[in-house]
Amino acid sequence: MDESQLRLDGNAAAGMLQEIFVQEMTAARGACASCGRVADMGAQHLYMYPHAPGAVLRCNGCECVLMVVVRDGGRRRFGMQGLTWLEMREPIQTG
Amino acid sequence: MSFVTRGFRGRRRDQELGARLPPGQYLVDGFPVLSAGPTPRTPLSEWTFTITGEVDQPKQWTWEELRALPSETVTRDIHCVTKWSKLDTVWEGVSVDTLLAGVETAAEYVMAFSDGGYTTNLPLEDVTGGKAWVAFAYDSEPLQPEHGGPARLLVPHLYFWKSAKWVRGLRLMAEDAPGFWETYGYHMYGDPWREQRYSGD
Amino acid sequence: MRSVVLAVPEWPGHLAGQHVDVRLTAEDGYQAQRSYSIASPPDDKERLALTVERLDDGEVSPYLVDELRPGDQLEFRGPIGGYFVWDVAQRGPLFLIAGGSGICPLMAMIRHRAAVADAVPARLLYSSRSFADVIYREELDRLAAGGDGLEVVHTLTRAQPEGWNGHSRRIDAKMLEEVGWAPAERPLAFVCGPTPLVEAVARALVDLGHEAGRVKTERFGPTGG
Repeated sequence: MDESQLRLDGNAAAGMLQEIFVQEMTAARGACASCGRVADMGAQHLYMYPHAPGAVLRCNGCECVLMVVVRDGGRRRFGMQGLTWLEMREPIQTG
Repeated sequence: MSFVTRGFRGRRRDQELGARLPPGQYLVDGFPVLSAGPTPRTPLSEWTFTITGEVDQPKQWTWEELRALPSETVTRDIHCVTKWSKLDTVWEGVSVDTLLAGVETAAEYVMAFSDGGYTTNLPLEDVTGGKAWVAFAYDSEPLQPEHGGPARLLVPHLYFWKSAKWVRGLRLMAEDAPGFWETYGYHMYGDPWREQRYSGD
Repeated sequence: MRSVVLAVPEWPGHLAGQHVDVRLTAEDGYQAQRSYSIASPPDDKERLALTVERLDDGEVSPYLVDELRPGDQLEFRGPIGGYFVWDVAQRGPLFLIAGGSGICPLMAMIRHRAAVADAVPARLLYSSRSFADVIYREELDRLAAGGDGLEVVHTLTRAQPEGWNGHSRRIDAKMLEEVGWAPAERPLAFVCGPTPLVEAVARALVDLGHEAGRVKTERFGPTGG
């Protein structure tokens, strides 16, 4: 199996991230704490259920862990130690 | 109850095998691949397995040395926290008892660590007494990289996230400490029969 | 493949490229959830179209393709997504590259462009296994023949019909260079499909000199949704 088949991109976590941050996160930009690379969260590498027990967002340059989100029936735990900073945009205007 | 989708039944539990399935699990035919990161590709010439931490003398084996140890073939059911189970899976590996033979320690816990940075914690007594292996073959074939090859930890009586893929060693610890998924809320022990998926279960 | 059209009163609207998360709940409380791109343009008010590919080992797609009937209710969340979206205000040139069911979010963009009758230059490079596998084929033919600046180029990778003189290989750098615009034109590229295709195309576009920030990707995983 081509291992790249196991990863999605951050777009697939958009719904989950929106629950936590209220606003749309995949157009947010972040800096990797490990290699410094800045990229849109939607473009980062995502390893997520059903392919993993939680969502792991990794830097699309060095593959270090940026963010981890685990949800069970009642709670959400969220780790963001792999990002030096996260920059959010204004909410998208639709309609 | 909230919204129910007309006509949706979800996964079926095979009634005959129901007794072998822990609560909340369903059977799968294939062998799903779950991953929290890219597949590591350590060349066998560089691969080692290490017992370290709360020990007088760390121990290390190269790939050839590991393969020269006595190994055994075992058939076990495995249960993933994402709810799939697979019965009668066949593995070949070196028992962790063999690797820990002669190791003097007061530690009661281990942290399994893997290529790529993955870790998971277990009580020492759950990887000894014939309950755990460093497995290098599945279904009579060398373990494929996406399933954890060249070798993974195999601890079938606990949820399968404890069976660390791409395992490179065990660090013995005096106190329990959370590994990767445990840090983010998964259960420190992970008994499928008590449905210990998340901390607080 | 099945097109599922939902009437959504008071739908707040969406942007082309966004998706919804569909959730199915069985009577015993068991739930399954998957994401589907919205194939209809934002210009269709209060109406959402999802194009669903039935995966044999899928959990949600077999329900949506085999079981769902007119009159049924479906629970979903959305619209979701702010990264892989296009609105005519973003201009172009617009370079859309699709593999298999990856055409779905791009179709929303194409339909949006047609609905507002905007002539921003747009090209679709669409990879399918065979002629029969091309989704929206007739609609794409019609739009391309409309003369408003949309060009559609197909590549059929496994089987080609008699007399086919189009592309018959996987999308590669040479094809992207032939079909697309030069980096100096600064096209906005959207690539969607199975992960291996998306990664290869995105890498090739950047290697050809396109700005990474103007190449947007949506990976559907191994089977394309």
